[in-house]
Amino acid sequence: MSGGANRLPERAGEWVDRARSVSFTFDGKSCQGLEGDTIASALAANDRWILSRSFKYRRPRGILTMAGQDANTLVQLPDEPNVLADTRAISDGLVVEGQNFDGSLENDRGAYMGLFSKFLPVGFYYKTFFRPRGAWKFWEPIVRARAGLGKINEKAHHGYYDKAYGWYDVAVIGGGPAGMAAAASAAKAGAEVLLVEENPHLGGSLAYARFDADGMESSKQLEALKADLGGVEIMTGAICNGWFEDNWLPVIKGNRLYKIRAKHVVLATGSIEQPMVFHNNDLPGIMQASAAQRLIRQYGVRPGKRAVVATANADGYAAALDLRQAGCEVAAILDLRAEPTNGAIVNAVRDHGIPVHAGSTAYEAVAAKGNRHITAVTSAKITGRGECGSGRDRFDCDLLCMATGYTPTHHLLSHAGGEVGYDGASEMFCVRSVPDGITVAGSLNGSYDLGATIAEGHYAGWSAAKAIGLKAGRQPRVPNDRGSLNRSHPWPIFPHPKGKDFIDYDEDLQVRDIQNAIREGYEHIELVKRYSTVGMGPSQGRHSALTSVRLTADETGQDIEVVGRTTSRPPFTAETFGVLAGRAFEPVRHTAMHHRHLELGAQMMPAGLWLRPAYYGTQDQKTACVEAEALNVRNNVGLIDVSTLGGLEVRGPDAAEFLNRMYTFAYLKQPVGRSRYLLLTDETGVIADDGVACRFGKNHFYVTATTGGVDNVYRSMLWRNAQWRLDVDVTNVTAAYAGVNIAGPKSRDVLAKLCTDVDLSPEAFPYMEIRTGTVAGIPARLMRVGFVGELGYEIHIPSGQGEALWDALMDAGRDDAIRPFGVEAQRMLRLEKGHIIISQDTDGLTIPHEADMAWAIGRKKPYFVGGRSIDIQVARGIERKLVGFEIADPAVPVPEECHLTVRGEEIVGRVTSAVRSPSLGKTVGLAYVAPDQSEPGTEFDIKIDGGRIIKGQVVKLPFFDADNARQEL
Amino acid sequence: MAFALLKYGLGFGKFERQFPKQKDLKDSYDVVIVGGGGHGAATAYYLARDYGITNVAILERGYLGGGNTARNTTIIRSNYLTPEGVKFYDESLSLYKDLSNDFDMNIMYSERGHFTLAHTDAAVRTSRWRAEVNKHLGVDSELVFPDEIGKICPQLNLSQDVRYPVMGALYHPPGAIARHDAVAWGYARGATMRGTELHQKTEVTGITRSNGKAVGVETTRGPVKAGKIIQCVAGRSSLLAKMAGFKLPIKTVPLQACVSQPLKPFLDAIIVSGSLHVYISQSSRGELVMGGSTDPYGVYQNRSTLEFKEGLMAHMLELFPFLGEVKILRQWAGMADMTPDFSPVMGETPVDNYYIDAGWGTWGFKATPVCGKRNAEMLATGKVPEVLEPFRLSRFNEFHQVGEKGAASVGH
Repeated sequence: MSGGANRLPERAGEWVDRARSVSFTFDGKSCQGLEGDTIASALAANDRWILSRSFKYRRPRGILTMAGQDANTLVQLPDEPNVLADTRAISDGLVVEGQNFDGSLENDRGAYMGLFSKFLPVGFYYKTFFRPRGAWKFWEPIVRARAGLGKINEKAHHGYYDKAYGWYDVAVIGGGPAGMAAAASAAKAGAEVLLVEENPHLGGSLAYARFDADGMESSKQLEALKADLGGVEIMTGAICNGWFEDNWLPVIKGNRLYKIRAKHVVLATGSIEQPMVFHNNDLPGIMQASAAQRLIRQYGVRPGKRAVVATANADGYAAALDLRQAGCEVAAILDLRAEPTNGAIVNAVRDHGIPVHAGSTAYEAVAAKGNRHITAVTSAKITGRGECGSGRDRFDCDLLCMATGYTPTHHLLSHAGGEVGYDGASEMFCVRSVPDGITVAGSLNGSYDLGATIAEGHYAGWSAAKAIGLKAGRQPRVPNDRGSLNRSHPWPIFPHPKGKDFIDYDEDLQVRDIQNAIREGYEHIELVKRYSTVGMGPSQGRHSALTSVRLTADETGQDIEVVGRTTSRPPFTAETFGVLAGRAFEPVRHTAMHHRHLELGAQMMPAGLWLRPAYYGTQDQKTACVEAEALNVRNNVGLIDVSTLGGLEVRGPDAAEFLNRMYTFAYLKQPVGRSRYLLLTDETGVIADDGVACRFGKNHFYVTATTGGVDNVYRSMLWRNAQWRLDVDVTNVTAAYAGVNIAGPKSRDVLAKLCTDVDLSPEAFPYMEIRTGTVAGIPARLMRVGFVGELGYEIHIPSGQGEALWDALMDAGRDDAIRPFGVEAQRMLRLEKGHIIISQDTDGLTIPHEADMAWAIGRKKPYFVGGRSIDIQVARGIERKLVGFEIADPAVPVPEECHLTVRGEEIVGRVTSAVRSPSLGKTVGLAYVAPDQSEPGTEFDIKIDGGRIIKGQVVKLPFFDADNARQEL
Repeated sequence: MAFALLKYGLGFGKFERQFPKQKDLKDSYDVVIVGGGGHGAATAYYLARDYGITNVAILERGYLGGGNTARNTTIIRSNYLTPEGVKFYDESLSLYKDLSNDFDMNIMYSERGHFTLAHTDAAVRTSRWRAEVNKHLGVDSELVFPDEIGKICPQLNLSQDVRYPVMGALYHPPGAIARHDAVAWGYARGATMRGTELHQKTEVTGITRSNGKAVGVETTRGPVKAGKIIQCVAGRSSLLAKMAGFKLPIKTVPLQACVSQPLKPFLDAIIVSGSLHVYISQSSRGELVMGGSTDPYGVYQNRSTLEFKEGLMAHMLELFPFLGEVKILRQWAGMADMTPDFSPVMGETPVDNYYIDAGWGTWGFKATPVCGKRNAEMLATGKVPEVLEPFRLSRFNEFHQVGEKGAASVGH
């Protein structure tokens, strides 16, 4: 037989391609499978059943669901830990390893942990490892090394992931009978429909389950439903992994995240078959009946040679028929119910002579040493709830199928705020409420009868179409009896004196762990979860929630409904970081002159989203470059790109009044053609930003803001004016303008070569004035500014012309030794002039008076943002002051920004800026000191690296060109 | 260790109640604590242990420790910016170190070392500022640069060829994580075993006042008189204060987090990047515990968003490019009570006999022990302890804010 010893003869509808074999390795041994196989199905076909070792006791674990719902199948790929072996397709050359073992998966040296299960009671790690004091430091690495599952490959490369978007009228989640019917009906009514199915093929239960005695019904219905899907967009192998506000659905297919917005969502997510609880119920060879059926029908793999089916519903009988048909002898059906129901399927089982033991349960699974696979099952008569008689029957078998009930796959519904309760009649969780914009159908909604499920699907599609306003035609009818009764047994839990009666496979939790947690007082279901860790593992309670709620109800004497259930949170299944990250778009803003800076060898530094030249030259030459650039500004002429500076247009009859309220200074009487400093404080009076207001017209100001601050300034302007309702418009034009500052004693000469329509003479265009004109033929706004303390012009032009302006100025200045300067030199130059940089020389609590900027506050105006707060604080007395200081001794190191200023033990402030000034030949800086230390001449202590104390001396600002003659040339 | 487990294994260990069964509510208590999270439970614990005050009820709307104690990402550190903040959080950190022994319950306090990465020169400056303040006050912090970072955390992508290269970091070796639930349980157990009552599923719906004094609370299980009341809630602090009749300068915004599947240990340090809005640590269970900055809007809701994890993971892969195929298991949100200065609101309120423990934004878990201890002292002695004084509610009127924004945002 091709593709492994357990491979069945080919049959229609299976998911594997018999013509194409695929070879891969698992746990170091090679394995042949078929195209379409999952790792687990290919291994099963080759009679290999151990897939992983359990979290705590290192017990061998194998297939449980074949549906990607459990942690038993988590395996390791070279670059990917915790891969679901039962849903991950194999490919040629794939290297698969087991997880969480020492030695090999088959022979785990850590398996002895199982022997100690009695010594590791629930919450044991809270009870121990911490005495004597400090002991945890010793134990922690040991405990940590035992924990965890897969391994990270730190050499793995960043893969390719991306995102796509989709908009639909109706998104149907789940491509089973209900989902397919819903999609078909909604599409027929004219809706644009997306149908999402996590498996590679549509069908849901129709792709594995048996609904009639001769086994033909499911494929017949599947073909019919598929044929009806014209016009529906179908995504298979895609998982809708959550529901977010307003039907915003993340659908993951491979390495792509589709973000889907749907007007209406139909959830047809089905249900999850639940395991039984008995001794050794976790061993390889024990699986859900549906898992065995999936192996048979989807992968053509015989799940065992001799089986026992433990069941409490007709589905177990149907599975028995499938097993028999697949050549697996069914030794017995153990029906937990005292009186099994009748019906065509049950009758067929009896006709085939399969022995049915009513009122019996699987009591223990038996395995040879090492627990690698079951060899037999013992059964017992049920005498009460969870209780068994003393008689045992033994059935030799290598497969035990469990079919005792379901729980709805309610996760997406829960994310959306739908409520889930417990229905005592069907003994299942049930949907109690569904939010607007969503319809539920199928076994999620308690429909198990195939006809009813399809009818309900049609109904859901019809109501989805109707909900979005389409003419949906006549309302489809849904039968009253939807087949939910007699599907789930109320108590398939048979605790064993020896334990190993697992209720949570992920966490190796046994019945007594839940009981003991409650006995210790952790009675609330959330505390049961948190203390015992039930449901916290990789499968997030898919198989443990129902049992743990039942046990909690039992132990606390409450109704299951009252016990409630723990919150279900996104994602539905584990999702990779990569698929969420996508291509990781990191915006970066370049100025118009960016490429010129690179050509000139600039070292770029981030400034918000922008990149700015820090200095021009190599990193090892940094200090020399910065000093040379700065000196060239002082001696000749320099050019700096200031395009990143914020620019805001404020226009309207109330423009001056608006600025008067926003900023601290007075603007009502500011003449046209002049600029004025701007200082912004927040409501607590703290300095938030600064800039310049250029009045180009009576009703027109061009306002600058700091590179990092402009977005906040703009936002707060809009916010303020939403309240003030002044007649003013504010526009953020930062990106529309490029700007340069040409500064230095020769800047006028250079500019004069390019600007002939503005009289640049000091008399006609003095300091702090502004003009419009053309530079190198480009329309420009010119401002005489003095940030670096030299004669200088800021030239703002449409950003598309930025490079042309740069080139023209560099060209025109060649004879005057023009050179570009970067942010580092600018910082040094402004510091020599004692100008502060907002957020470097101020912090989150600095008010203007502390920064010695009381001069920037308009005294006569009635109001500005923060004014009242400033008054209160000034009246109370400020507690620190920003001063200029110098250190004359060249042997004393330059303090770093943020070295503390101290007085004895007390911290009085910090150095905010400091530099060894080439122009001044000494260290100068700004620092916060106590107000009584702020007089020029006062010495104060600075604590530098190594705790050394050095002296700074307060000096009057500015350090350079005290009478500001140079900038006003 | 062996003895304790041996006892259970041989059947001698009993699963005794760690919490007494919940009783009926009494008519009156000396102290009513509103909120059964870490802070409330800790307050009750120290009241009982240190002052013998046990006629105390903790009233909890949901379940013990189910609010932000359950939702936070368990980072404990004291590398703050202001001297007031550093002293306060450092007292908390030293209490934490001894908590397992105090409780007779292992809270799995795990010193990992805490890096706050700096990707801009402004962030480098703030890091140095914090380091200098910390060192001055005896707290172990240092500004370190990529070479040193790489030695301690070689997994981190320190390439200069990324959008925001790492320029330096504030390294705080005592930075730790702990089992958050166990902190609430340990405190609650210690308190209830001494006679304090914990009432879960008991929501406070009103504060009863008489002549400007708080005298009791209305609950979903009936009215209760109280000698003193302290509110120790998170996410709804302003709403509760409103019931008591005063306003708080608090804006409540969601803060989200997520956790990966369990992995074998590979990351010891706690890594935080303020510029990239990312933080990550690996729990003792092997899960990566991750989060970012608060959501950009205020809302009283715990709902998760897709955008949060998309942004978080984009940045996470910049720091750890090899995590692309690692998987998120679960995401959640809590509500963060943000104050203007990123410091808490502690102590007295405009209402007599009504005390407050609020404004815990994104930094409440690490302060659990010091809050409990000092709240208890305040309730027992009637005097506000010196270490709480800077965090008084009236500081906002007085312009005496304790500015911790640079040390608190994203830092957690």
